[in-house]
Amino acid sequence: MLETIVSAVMLVSLIFYALMGGADFGGGMWDMLAFGKRAEKQRHTIAEAIGPIWEANHVWLILVVVLFFTAFPKGFSAMMISLHIPLTAMLIGIVFRGSTFVFRKYDSQSDSVQKRWSTIFGVSSFWTPFFQGLILGALTSGQIRLSEGRVSTGFFAGWLSPFAVTCGFFALALFAFLAAVYLTVDARGDIEIQNDFRWRSLWAQAALVPLAVVVFFTSKEGAPLMFRGLTTWWAPLLLGWTSICALAATVFLVLKKFSLARIAAVAQVTFILLGWGVAQFPHLVAPDITVYNSAAPSITLELLLIFLAAGAVVLLPSLAYLFYLFKAKKQR
Amino acid sequence: MAVSLAFHIIFAVVGMGMPALMAISEGLYLRTGNPVYLDLSKRWARGTAILFAVGAVSGTVLSFELGLLWPTFMEHAGPLIGLPFSLEGFAFFTEAIFLGVYLYGWDRVPPFLHWVSGVIVAASGIFSGIFVVMANAWMNAPVGFELINGKMTHIDPIRAMLSPAAFHQTLHMTLAAYVATGFLVAGIHAFFLLRDRQNMFHRKAFGIALLIGSIAIPLQLISGDISARMVGKLQPAKLAAMEAHYHTGSRAPLVVGGWPDDEKMETRFGLEIPSGLSLLIGHSPDTVVAGLDQIPRENWPNVRLVHWSFDIMVGCGMAMMLMAIWAGWIRWRTGALPDYVWFLRGMVVAAPLGFIAIETGWMVTELGRQPWIIYGVMKTRDAVTPMPGLGVTFAVFTAIYLVLSVVLVFLLRRQFVQTREDH
Repeated sequence: MLETIVSAVMLVSLIFYALMGGADFGGGMWDMLAFGKRAEKQRHTIAEAIGPIWEANHVWLILVVVLFFTAFPKGFSAMMISLHIPLTAMLIGIVFRGSTFVFRKYDSQSDSVQKRWSTIFGVSSFWTPFFQGLILGALTSGQIRLSEGRVSTGFFAGWLSPFAVTCGFFALALFAFLAAVYLTVDARGDIEIQNDFRWRSLWAQAALVPLAVVVFFTSKEGAPLMFRGLTTWWAPLLLGWTSICALAATVFLVLKKFSLARIAAVAQVTFILLGWGVAQFPHLVAPDITVYNSAAPSITLELLLIFLAAGAVVLLPSLAYLFYLFKAKKQR
Repeated sequence: MAVSLAFHIIFAVVGMGMPALMAISEGLYLRTGNPVYLDLSKRWARGTAILFAVGAVSGTVLSFELGLLWPTFMEHAGPLIGLPFSLEGFAFFTEAIFLGVYLYGWDRVPPFLHWVSGVIVAASGIFSGIFVVMANAWMNAPVGFELINGKMTHIDPIRAMLSPAAFHQTLHMTLAAYVATGFLVAGIHAFFLLRDRQNMFHRKAFGIALLIGSIAIPLQLISGDISARMVGKLQPAKLAAMEAHYHTGSRAPLVVGGWPDDEKMETRFGLEIPSGLSLLIGHSPDTVVAGLDQIPRENWPNVRLVHWSFDIMVGCGMAMMLMAIWAGWIRWRTGALPDYVWFLRGMVVAAPLGFIAIETGWMVTELGRQPWIIYGVMKTRDAVTPMPGLGVTFAVFTAIYLVLSVVLVFLLRRQFVQTREDH
């Protein structure tokens, strides 16, 4: 029971990370892809939107990691050994992304300098979430095996499969979509920019749908456990909700109801990750490691939950204040 | 890992110290209405923003690297030290949130609330430092479990969090953050004061930073004394290596510098203060201090590195203490900001000392624990990942951090040069 609760908290943190941090990555992608005569304005909107919140957004990832190693140390150890290479690649992306974002803000405003930081920032905004999707895909793939508590499939299992790579691209499209939808709201007051991001979110959504289909079909081979999970009785329910939200987001975007589109997009991403999480459960590193066989002693889990509750009392109001200040209170 | 930590520790420390400086300055502005203080807190906030961002990403890297490099360690220690890490997560969250409010909220938040968010940043910075050091303290003095057949059972994470090394380590680290930041910032502004003695901006900045550093350093010496005695009790091997103390006995001399020779079990060319070590540890020359001869040879840390690091740390601390005394003396005699040319020059030279002390002090505590990763329980070599080619990872991260450091220095310099042009 405790294991289930802690893993649910982990999934929720991961969803928050995708909804907030993921959108920051998407912002970086659109920064890189900005073109035309409004490119500068688009970049400006992105930087304004990300600036105050990106550091807080990325703490969700740290929270997921800390929960992972505290509550499921054996699973963490197996993941860190088997996915050493893609994890390191992702970390390099995180370092470059975060530091070039501030460098760009505080360095000389001359074009050549800005361009250099922007390029690194943009590339790492693609690079990092690709590896994040890949890593989640690898954990699901069932190709990482353990014998006698040790990883026996080496350092390349799982993450080089077509399924994992598709998951990487799926994460890219997902975050790009999310960011573009958010930016339509952030850009209110400038109809042209708003429209730019409206088109971008529609493109991203258009890329997302076929990718989702590919993920589904490659999972039959590439992640049999998840495929089985996605074809049980409750799955059509979740898939149905995901599709309804996706459809709603698209329709609202077409109708230029941006605030509603944002809600629908959030729901869409939440359902996708929820679906992944439920299909994956109770496995952490499929198929050998589950939340049950890798859990820390119950005393740790109990204390962890108490600490989490206490932390949430501090965290949630602060976070709400931050977003109220910079997102809701936009009109100056 | 070592490189990442050595890099991260600088930013972590700045993240603890700088927000305090900027909040003090803004508080002074709110009290006096002097716009120089407002300008100052804005400038300091920009520096904090850059360093905090790099600290945040290098911290993220570290939370993964713990597992990437020491999976076996995390597998066993995770349930025990995960709690301080999760608390650290929340403290860091709070810090990031309110730093966002602080940096971007100058014209969105009422002045008093803005100042409060600065104070929250400073406070949560201290807390996150304390929680992380608590986890490290457990590695030095592991408690809260029973070791049965090499497995930790009957664990008690709360006791593990409050390990006997926790108090002195967190105290020492927190004070170190203020000493190092205070002296670094004071040194930088001293440099500009040497060019323009009447610049009010740099005078105020220098005054605040010098005050923080000068208050923290004497306290740090006291906490250093507490630490040394606790280490002597908890990790005799570390203390013996720090002091290059080979032979157990009373009237143990204090050896400064020199060339420790493990084969002959003696330290040549060192400066010996008779009975010094016994006096320091037990406040009496008759105190028996355990030497390395009590420790099996295979469990010795690298005596030379630990001893020299320790001496460098103490030397830096003493030098900063002298500067603080000098500052206090001038202040007492003249009642004004100490701005004698030679004093300012001294402060410029002393600027990096706090950070040198932190790096070497960290080497003392980490290298001094070797060959153990969990003292007396698990050896470092048994905790390391089976991943081959770690040298590549190591080289890549070292290169990245080097590049980042260069860019950072360059960028921070820009911030200060702008200051000069504006005033």
